[in-house]
Amino acid sequence: MTTEPALQPAVQTANPLDAAPARPLWQVVLIRPVMMTVVLLILEPIVASIFWPQSLDLGYVLSTFTLTAPLALMALVLTLVIIAGEIDLSPASSMALTACVFAAVLQAGVPFPLAVLICVGLGFVLGLFNAFLVVYLRLPSLIATIGTLTFYRGLAQVLAGDNSIKFPDWYMGLNLVTVLGIPVPDLIVTLAAILLALLLSATIFGRQIYQTGTSEVAAQHAGIRTRLIKTTLFVTLGVVSALAGMMFTSQLGTVRYDLGLGGELQMVLMAMLGGTYIFGGRGSILGTFLAAWLLSIMTNAMNTASWLPATQFCLLGVLLIVSIIATNFIYSRTQR
Amino acid sequence: MLKRHLLAGMAALGLAATFATGALAAHDFKIVYIGKNTGNPYFDSITGGFQDACKQIGCQFEFVAPATAEATSQIPLIDAQVQKGVNVIAIAPNSPDAMNQALDAARAKGILVLAVNGDLVGNESHRDANILPVDFTKTGPNQVELMGSLIGYKGDIAILSATTEAPDQNTWIAAMKKTLAEDAKYKDMHLVATVYGDDQPEKSTTEMEGLLSNYPNLVGVIAPTTVGVAAAAQVVQQRGIADKVHVTGLGLPSEMRDFIKDGTVKAFQLWSPYNEGWLAAYFADGVLNGTIKNEVGQKFDVPNLGSITIGDKNVMNTQAELTTFDASNIDNFNF
Amino acid sequence: MNALRAILLRREMGIFVAIIVFCAIVGILKPRFLELDNLRVILLLVPLIMIAAMGEMLVVIARHVDLSVGSTLGFAAMMTALMFKLHPEIPFYLGFPVAIGIGAVLGLINGITVIVFRLPAIIVTLGTLYLYRGLTFIASGARQIDRQFIPSPLKAMSANSPSYWLPWIVIIAVVVVLLAYWFANHTRLGRQVYALGSNPAAAPLRGIPVTAVTLAVFAISGALAGLAGILYASRWGFVNPSNTGWGFEFQVIAAVVIGGVSINGGVGSVLGVVLGVLLLGCVSAALPLLGIPGTVQSAIFGLVIIVALVIDQTVRERGVQALTTTRGARA
Repeated sequence: MTTEPALQPAVQTANPLDAAPARPLWQVVLIRPVMMTVVLLILEPIVASIFWPQSLDLGYVLSTFTLTAPLALMALVLTLVIIAGEIDLSPASSMALTACVFAAVLQAGVPFPLAVLICVGLGFVLGLFNAFLVVYLRLPSLIATIGTLTFYRGLAQVLAGDNSIKFPDWYMGLNLVTVLGIPVPDLIVTLAAILLALLLSATIFGRQIYQTGTSEVAAQHAGIRTRLIKTTLFVTLGVVSALAGMMFTSQLGTVRYDLGLGGELQMVLMAMLGGTYIFGGRGSILGTFLAAWLLSIMTNAMNTASWLPATQFCLLGVLLIVSIIATNFIYSRTQR
Repeated sequence: MLKRHLLAGMAALGLAATFATGALAAHDFKIVYIGKNTGNPYFDSITGGFQDACKQIGCQFEFVAPATAEATSQIPLIDAQVQKGVNVIAIAPNSPDAMNQALDAARAKGILVLAVNGDLVGNESHRDANILPVDFTKTGPNQVELMGSLIGYKGDIAILSATTEAPDQNTWIAAMKKTLAEDAKYKDMHLVATVYGDDQPEKSTTEMEGLLSNYPNLVGVIAPTTVGVAAAAQVVQQRGIADKVHVTGLGLPSEMRDFIKDGTVKAFQLWSPYNEGWLAAYFADGVLNGTIKNEVGQKFDVPNLGSITIGDKNVMNTQAELTTFDASNIDNFNF
Repeated sequence: MNALRAILLRREMGIFVAIIVFCAIVGILKPRFLELDNLRVILLLVPLIMIAAMGEMLVVIARHVDLSVGSTLGFAAMMTALMFKLHPEIPFYLGFPVAIGIGAVLGLINGITVIVFRLPAIIVTLGTLYLYRGLTFIASGARQIDRQFIPSPLKAMSANSPSYWLPWIVIIAVVVVLLAYWFANHTRLGRQVYALGSNPAAAPLRGIPVTAVTLAVFAISGALAGLAGILYASRWGFVNPSNTGWGFEFQVIAAVVIGGVSINGGVGSVLGVVLGVLLLGCVSAALPLLGIPGTVQSAIFGLVIIVALVIDQTVRERGVQALTTTRGARA
């Protein structure tokens, strides 16, 4: 005869949160996406020193980074945008447009401070337009910014035609100015990285960026003003692209509409190599910063070896895919 | 491929070591040619000239180029080559002025800088000499004459150029307009339009189609750019209107051969890019060894090319007149 | 009257109206635009984009993106052209299966990487964009394949003279469009693509083989890009490692988006994409005719994309509104 089994007395089950042992500290510190970038950054010079020793000269590395610096600057802010769950492919075009306007305005005799104001103001407006499309009209940011990237580049072309617009001589050579042997553009990027990293990790705003990216709806319900955050980020990216343009053109002395053509892919590459999660919610400034240096050094080595762009492309493509795989792998295994 | 790069790396190392000891073999210098972009058959021809000349002279030659012909794309390449320790940088510049700083840095290290196939217009002080394929002032009139001979010296013609600011094309077009206006021989030929194909096949094609639509009485198109003339010829071939609209311009024999053979294009012109590379290598050799003085008015001899004169602003022309290609000689060339 | 109303309320109406309005304006300014000759010009501009857009459409509906179509086109075109150059005795029509096959393989690589490593397609295809382009250079030794190596019958397929009223490449494009329509609307796999895109989380619960469907869309996109590759050789008569297909992906994606395919997946129609491609083709053909300098064309393109997006978004929101209010709900 079957009877119902007597109700078991309540078993003292362990608190599920205590079930798994805490991860050892060394794992938390070392197994993160940014470590992959660090590893690559260490490996790369070792490989390069075997094959192409000339590429490792510190002065050379620092001075060639000045060419990457404008893109790196924009990539840092782009990281914030991606963490917040959006993407912006237009900064390179904004850079070109604001730089063309800046040059034209300077040539027309406008005093320097006012010209700077106009340039930065235009960057502000361009970023605001992006924000309008993405945040207010709720267009998907990928396509909307592909549209604005084409549009802004086109406007730059309308303004400058195929001409190059020259800058006055006193404006040129920012990259030749060094502080303690380090060119100013490199310092600017490093300073920006420190500032942004502090913003991201040590302020409430930074925390809110992560939350917005993880789940916009949840963040809104938590009272976070996600629309304001995203708008701020887009606008900042616009302003920074204007600044990057000013930095870039000081090195070149002239500007054409095609300044930074294709730069959007490079910026995304930096962010991805730095371990930023494309769907938002995760990423670090340190990663992007290191990735920018990694790319610069790698490109130097490849150029010194006279590799044709084709071979360089292959390596970049493989690197991108491998880094994404590694990033995803790490993210899926850790609960950060 | 990797092995070749390894060896090149070793060679570079070896050469750098040689520099360090200050012993430079007389003809064993390192020369690099930086093209406008890769995958452009025109620069392959120039490279051929460099390579063959270096085989004769004993110099070490390398060709590099960026992926796109954007104004600043060559700067990292210049920096890298300077870092590698080359002796001569020959470059087909993508921009007249964006590279001033980079080139100055190169020259400060004692590197000889040559502009080959195009010049740094307005910025000549940033290079040591310039090698042009032909006397650019004669190109325009030559092309007008060729066009005229194809259409019986009367009718509406148009020009399909490269980019709006390309300095070479603009020099030639200005000369063409002048010739048409001033020379009575061409008084019945009317230039109705000038359009720009940006050296892109797709754009050149749509512009050509636009010309045909907008000007139904068009009898001739001059395209002084290899991409443009090939695109225009293709449009004519596809529409089958070769007897109505005559296409000519500056083209590469390898690209135009098909069109010559089926009669779409009767004749076109160019110079020999190969000879430019040849001349540049010999010139560099001469300057580095002191046998050629890089001064205006100097003359020197180059095997196969004869006597070359250094003109104003240190410019040298590889040949005087354009070469005309047609059905009779198209098979003699392999570039 | 209800049928007419149903037609008028369709999403695609917006683009259709845009095309009509645009052509009318240009036609008034330049009557030549509306002539038969010009129609042929437009027709010849679009086949490549049309074919690749059909593939891209499927990928986007499945809530992915394929950025590598331009490089796939280039690689397939280059391999096929190399084959003809090294073995001129091979009949030209064999180039088609080769190109399509190569494209399909490249697409499968994309798909496998996305599935196995669970990576976002946008980054994977960004990587393969570079990788395939690099391989194209290496395979060709950075040299262009000149005209004389492309078989003449292949080039003749793009001939546009009066005796060939409809060039073969246009006919091929039409066939591909019809096949795409049949696939998307009348096959189980096609409907599964829509289902997968509109709700990837629910798809496996409904028995949709996610892996198979994803691999299928990427393979199709790659195969069609490969087809576009050999047709590139036909249309332009040469293959160049740097130019062939460079920037192509932007045009294709623009056409797809303008055609009303939603980036969020699950929504889109063949008709819409066809109209999107035609609109871009009309704009491309009109600009030189109107004498608008090249410098302005990019700006106009960007504007067109933005406007199309805004229209699409507005229509979508209205659609959602209509579905959620009692007036729109079916009894």
